[in-house]
Amino acid sequence: MFKRHAMLPVIVLALCTAGAVSAGDIAPADIEYKDGRWIEQPLTDVAGDPAAGRKVFVNRKLGNCLACHVNSEIPEQPFHGEIGPSLDGVGGRYDMPMLRGMVVNMKNALNPESLMPGFYSLDNGSRTLEKFAGKTILSAQQVEDVLAYLQTLK
Amino acid sequence: MTQNPLRVPALIAGLALLLPLAGQAGPDENVLTIEDQTIGTDVPGPEGGPLDHLYSGWRFRTAETQSLQTDDFENPAFTAVDQAEELWSTVDGAAEKSCESCHDDAATSMKGVRAAMPKWNAELGKPHTLETQVNQCRTDRMQADPWKWESGQMLGMTAYIGLQSRGMPVAVQTDGPMESWIAKGKEIYYERVGQLDMACSNCHEANYGKMIRADHLSQGQINGFPVYRLKWAGLGSIHRRFKGCMSNIRAEPYKVGSDEFIALEAYVASRGAGLSVETPSVRN
Ligand code: HEC
Ligand code: HEC
Ligand code: HEC
Repeated sequence: MFKRHAMLPVIVLALCTAGAVSAGDIAPADIEYKDGRWIEQPLTDVAGDPAAGRKVFVNRKLGNCLACHVNSEIPEQPFHGEIGPSLDGVGGRYDMPMLRGMVVNMKNALNPESLMPGFYSLDNGSRTLEKFAGKTILSAQQVEDVLAYLQTLK
Repeated sequence: MTQNPLRVPALIAGLALLLPLAGQAGPDENVLTIEDQTIGTDVPGPEGGPLDHLYSGWRFRTAETQSLQTDDFENPAFTAVDQAEELWSTVDGAAEKSCESCHDDAATSMKGVRAAMPKWNAELGKPHTLETQVNQCRTDRMQADPWKWESGQMLGMTAYIGLQSRGMPVAVQTDGPMESWIAKGKEIYYERVGQLDMACSNCHEANYGKMIRADHLSQGQINGFPVYRLKWAGLGSIHRRFKGCMSNIRAEPYKVGSDEFIALEAYVASRGAGLSVETPSVRN
């Protein structure tokens, strides 16, 4: 992970400002949707890294996906939430454009009432804390990394 | 358990049987008995309300946390309660009065007070919370300094006063001048806020009983407040908990003591109408 970022200072910058859109990334407003929900084009030029994605998945300040999902590929972490469905085998259930659409914004992809936060959306609730205002929860690269990780869950 | 319950309805029945083993899909069946008094933690929801059944937050805690609340000697809140009992009869302020000077024995005069809070106050033109009521007595009637909302004195005193209603059903006024406050609180309760874009209802109405990471989601009832939270290593007010829940979803919380939180408190109290007062509860 360090190696890739060392070679690409642009990405390092993106991570530092966590959630801010950086050059080369597709901004939330510029995403092109297929059937209004799915997203075929990756959000960055750099292919997602599943190992980095696994970390984003676990990190409580980033994906915090375990808050709501069971995932038996991560047995070392205690306490998997049960708000959403188990993600076991999810990489086999959905193709990449579907997974990308769901992680970017579940409310747009599947369920307008979903409890799942839109991880690459600026369509936030009112009263968003100032330090998070105008920012996405994950950076474009973090989304691609998580997606690469989800694809390994077969 | 590797199947997705949403997509495999045929398995739902089987999963329902398995879930209690995996976590706890709902409140447990434990009975709360404190000092030989059995306290109802489970009542039918108010008619026309969103919840068929009301459960105290106690029913969602672990057996260890639960047991701390079943014995007043083990309940860590009682240090503060005992101190407040002394404060009750301590003279303070220029008028040289104590609470006791006017209210005598709290066990009689304060019985039922917590159960009816927040309570409309005509003079003020808005509802009193227990905190604002105590402070009004201090400033106007004792000529003493007000206590800070989250101060040890205020938390101890509101816990001590709340204790006098333990076992009594929550019965907050919802009509008359309280109606618009309840309506405002309801709006706040269902509004999606913060970067995570969630409403109180998303967690405490639609998903209570489920695990959110290590936390067993309750209905977010306030019948046990102020509660002793092990995480806080002390007592905390209703508004402090509201604030914490809002910050967790990355929303700018309303101010402790604000009209918005008073309205939210009144509405949440009305959602728990009929549950027994459990003050002071113990939470993790
Ligand atoms: C606050 C709870 C919550 C969090 C946090 C959360 N999800 Fe979800 N997720 C849900 C819910 C609820 C659903 C079910 C879809 C719906 O809302 O109808 C879901 C569905 C999904 C699905 C579709 C699964 C299927 O089999 O249908 C995927 C994939 C997914 N989430 C991935 C993630 C990832 C990756 C993260 C972390 C970056 C994450 N979720 C974080 C609540 C959450
Ligand atoms: C000088 C007399 C006086 C003193 C001293 C005093 N109060 Fe009061 N208190 C009142 C009066 C009068 C009311 C209003 C009663 C009513 O409206 O029915 C009241 C009301 C209350 C109520 C609301 C009761 C209800 O039924 O809703 C609480 C709680 C309360 N006081 C607590 C305290 C506490 C705690 C102290 C000490 C810090 C204190 N008071 C000191 C006179 C006093
Ligand atoms: C992301 C989910 C989530 C949201 C949204 C949320 N809470 Fe909570 N809340 C929790 C968790 C987790 C706890 C601790 C476990 C429990 O009692 O549910 C909690 C606890 C509480 C408690 C303490 C209950 C007790 O018995 O001690 C109250 C009261 C409460 N929440 C009120 C609210 C209010 C009001 C809102 C909206 C402003 C809100 N919560 C929004 C997750 C949430």
